[in-house]
Amino acid sequence: MATPVLDKVEKDSAASPYITVTMRIRRFNPEVSDASVWEDFQIEIDPKERVLDALHKIKWDVDGTLTFRRSCAHGICGSDAMRINGKNRLACKTLIKDINPEKPITVEAIKGLTVLKDLVVDMEPFFQAYRDVMPFLVTKGNEPTRERLQSAEDRERFDDTTKCILCAACTSSCPVFWNDGQYFGPAAIVNAHRFIFDSRDEAGEQRLEILNDKDGVWRCRTTFNCTDACPRGIEVTKAIQEVKRALITRRF
Amino acid sequence: MSADTTSSTIGPVEGGAVYDVDNPAPYIEAPRKRTGKTPKATRGNFEMAAWLFMRLSGIVLVVLVLGHLLIQLFLDGGVSKIGFAFVAGRWASPFWQVWDLLMLWLAMLHGANGLRTVINDYAERANTRLWLKGLLYTATVFTILLGTLVIFTFDPNIR
Repeated sequence: MATPVLDKVEKDSAASPYITVTMRIRRFNPEVSDASVWEDFQIEIDPKERVLDALHKIKWDVDGTLTFRRSCAHGICGSDAMRINGKNRLACKTLIKDINPEKPITVEAIKGLTVLKDLVVDMEPFFQAYRDVMPFLVTKGNEPTRERLQSAEDRERFDDTTKCILCAACTSSCPVFWNDGQYFGPAAIVNAHRFIFDSRDEAGEQRLEILNDKDGVWRCRTTFNCTDACPRGIEVTKAIQEVKRALITRRF
Repeated sequence: MSADTTSSTIGPVEGGAVYDVDNPAPYIEAPRKRTGKTPKATRGNFEMAAWLFMRLSGIVLVVLVLGHLLIQLFLDGGVSKIGFAFVAGRWASPFWQVWDLLMLWLAMLHGANGLRTVINDYAERANTRLWLKGLLYTATVFTILLGTLVIFTFDPNIR
């Protein structure tokens, strides 16, 4: 019984899984031009591979000048957020077969941040907003000799927002952030939420005051672009709404 | 794996390549970058009050405006009944005076605040923003004051 199965596997693997895919990449090089251009690359790739593999094939075998960020390549480091077929995704978590390889696959830098080269953007404004909400534990009193304990329910309260990997897919999909870049952006609010609702933290009031700013949570228009974009499945808009609710209920 | 590209380098745009390694295209300054001109973080609850006002006034306006439209356009003969006498008759009652006054204030402030957020979201230059908001606030204050004046000083025996 095992033999025919083995035969079948060998026969299948003999057929080439490769297909030809057109990668349409928005390229920008400030040393050549101040305008960006779309460039097509035809590559042979297994559709079960990821967009990041396709970019690697181009960079390693076709055009070494193609520039993009990636680090872990497994959806944890959050370096390779890009706009693939018009949606913000992680190149390392998007399979070619899931985004219709029959048509050209468009890849461009995330919007709302200055493009430095090809798919690399200046993340500084994004991290500036992140730093502004004080994304670290703030406590008073003496440091305990053991770890700071917390009940499972208290931990569950902010579990969703601990998953953020700071890839900027949400912030760069937000139309309010696109406008003038002054809005804190979903990612900063998510990371504020992670500490505001942490029972061990004591600076929740301070963070709420920061997000009460005119460019804080009140500029959110609940378009849900951030929730759609999040590669970690964080309910970003819900987290923003919870911060709004906390701001209102602490006043009245 | 064989692969070919349509072009291997970025072709020069119209006007020829004016930028090179020593003279790269100008960097677009990040808008959130902290500079001397960056305004200080605002304190106060104006944005929260505005946000709450939009929700609460919206709920009240659903009742006020739908009731208004029903009375004015559908019940008792429809739109053709509206005339000076009809308005005079309605405003003889303090109930309709309060209704119309409330509707005027809530609708004007609700709409003005909505437009303010639209201007904040879509106007790109600070100057455009300033002028559009100035125009908006002027029109709002004028309409509210005029409407309030009419409701309070309405004289059914005017010649």
